[in-house]
Amino acid sequence: MELVEAIILAVLAASTPLLIAATGELVAERSGVLNLGVEGMMIVGAACGFAGAWLTGSIFIGALFGIVAGTMMSLIFALMALGLAVNQVATGLALTIFGVGLSGLIGARFVGERITPAVHLSIPGLTDIPLAGRVLFGEDAFVYVSVALVVGVWWFLYRTRAGLILRACGDNHVSAHALGYPVLRIRTFAVMFGGACAGLAGAYLPLAYTPFFIPGMTAGRGWIALALVVFSSWRPGRLVVGAYLFGTVTILQLHAQGWGVGIPSQFMSALPYLATIIVLVLLSRARSGGSTAPAALGTVFVPDR
Amino acid sequence: MQLVLEKRAERSNTIALVSPLIAIALTIVTMVILFAILGKNPLLALHAYFIAPLTDSYSLQEIAVKATPLVMIAIGLSLCYLANAWNIGAEGQFLIGAVAGSWFAVKTQGTDAGAWVLPAMLVLAAAAGALYALIPAICKVKFGASEILTSLMLVYVADLLLDYLVRGPWRDPHGFNFPTTAEFDPVATVPLLIEGGRLHLGSIIVLLVVAAAAILLARTIKGFEIRVVGAAPRAARFGGFNANQLIILTFAVSGALAGLAGIIEVAGPVGHLQPGISPGYGFTAIIVAFLGRLNPLGILIAGLFLALTFIGGEQAQIAMKIPLDVTKVFQGVLLFYVLACDSLILYRFKLVSSNQQVTRGVG
Repeated sequence: MELVEAIILAVLAASTPLLIAATGELVAERSGVLNLGVEGMMIVGAACGFAGAWLTGSIFIGALFGIVAGTMMSLIFALMALGLAVNQVATGLALTIFGVGLSGLIGARFVGERITPAVHLSIPGLTDIPLAGRVLFGEDAFVYVSVALVVGVWWFLYRTRAGLILRACGDNHVSAHALGYPVLRIRTFAVMFGGACAGLAGAYLPLAYTPFFIPGMTAGRGWIALALVVFSSWRPGRLVVGAYLFGTVTILQLHAQGWGVGIPSQFMSALPYLATIIVLVLLSRARSGGSTAPAALGTVFVPDR
Repeated sequence: MQLVLEKRAERSNTIALVSPLIAIALTIVTMVILFAILGKNPLLALHAYFIAPLTDSYSLQEIAVKATPLVMIAIGLSLCYLANAWNIGAEGQFLIGAVAGSWFAVKTQGTDAGAWVLPAMLVLAAAAGALYALIPAICKVKFGASEILTSLMLVYVADLLLDYLVRGPWRDPHGFNFPTTAEFDPVATVPLLIEGGRLHLGSIIVLLVVAAAAILLARTIKGFEIRVVGAAPRAARFGGFNANQLIILTFAVSGALAGLAGIIEVAGPVGHLQPGISPGYGFTAIIVAFLGRLNPLGILIAGLFLALTFIGGEQAQIAMKIPLDVTKVFQGVLLFYVLACDSLILYRFKLVSSNQQVTRGVG
């Protein structure tokens, strides 16, 4: 039972950054913008988040630093892809290349430093319940925020007028524009939300997952978050399932390495990446009839005047 | 008043010519600011980056050596991007090529195998790179899975495979437990062009590749198909061009070139297989491809320029303690400016007064 609880806790911890980053990207993509720079925004969020926490001693300020850094990165993307109508795929790649370098530059000063990681909730009585107690009532704030975030995004997209307009921009920007909605402004806000989430997800890594910063510590999580959005068919509910499934694969392969299964560790480490490919293929095949992606995803929009 | 983008009636050829130069100029201005923030003398730093490497023979040769894989990979990527196929996993195809070629070098080590070892390694590497690139291409064509994500995921897989091989089965028994194969035999090594220098045969091969790509794009039907499928997919469909077949083809060619670049790097400047054989060539090559405007000759020039930043970055680190990450920031910023300036080929800015704006009709 101890082991089961430990595994569930580890899965939640491994899934949370993916869930946060993917939720943000889902909103951006729902508005019709494909921002491939998630990895870059995350890694800058990680470096700035750690810097903030190390300088002030506050995890909360660290997380804010991460959010602001991610948002600033996304503004560069918005300026390029929305303001200058540059190809979104190329801009996203540039953002990632830039972000990896920038985070190394910011983080170099902090390599080898340690901080006190985010505290876990503790409610006497509730947290001590066997098995479920620590899972439900003993997490760090990021985990609760991630769940609130995905519920909030679901409510926004499907239960508010603003969410409907945002989805309209993603499905048909010409019609949305003709109805008088400011497509580019709405998309800019969606991209900024995606950046804020990616920054927070990145900050989670050095603030709660491991209490130190290493260059390149996102290790492709931003790309996996992008794959999760495809996996979810652009729906928040399925995103939760995808993120936790993915976290489970990651943690199980780590445990399998620990149990000394006679498979080289590198092969186990490759599993999450291979799983992503397989899932993408299976899902794309299952939907071969019609695509569920927002119809205008990744297309350039320059309003007629 | 508001600044808005407006589509030009036709693409501006003037801007098409000067846009890479504007981008480089803007990047240098940005770097000056960055150096100043880092507390380094911007003029000295720029000198270390862009002038110093051009002043001695060793560095000049080293620029050509670094440009070799960049140009080779970027040529392949440019074919993909022209056909609107997004291969961003060249780094993985580079590593797999290196692994496949090294396999043969390791197997023939210490035997009396002759001069055919190196050609066999090159062929194996190109084939392995092509096969590895076909995985995302087939996933895309057969199942519709995003080639961007699958090709990128395979980079991590290739990295782990290489790591396993040099720490496990292929590790040099006399290597003091370092994760590396033994030094390749002379017959498994890319020959130097000048004894005692750095230039090797790979630089000649890459020039041939550039020439071949230029002919392919400008003079053959296939090259025409590639360009039409990317630029005007509808016209290509009416023309009866098979877009899926072109995705497979461009991916295979770019994978083969990346694999070839991988083995040339390992059997040339490095001399053995080890982790970290690439400082991100596969990703930097994306920048090279765009900076060179997806044109073979442009890519050759862009590759030399980006190689200069690698060498300059190393020299700036040694001479002025400027962190190596500055080079990556530099490359990212450069790509931003290149893309932004390219946008002005198709669009222009226009000032409009706010009252001309369409009022929101439906509330």
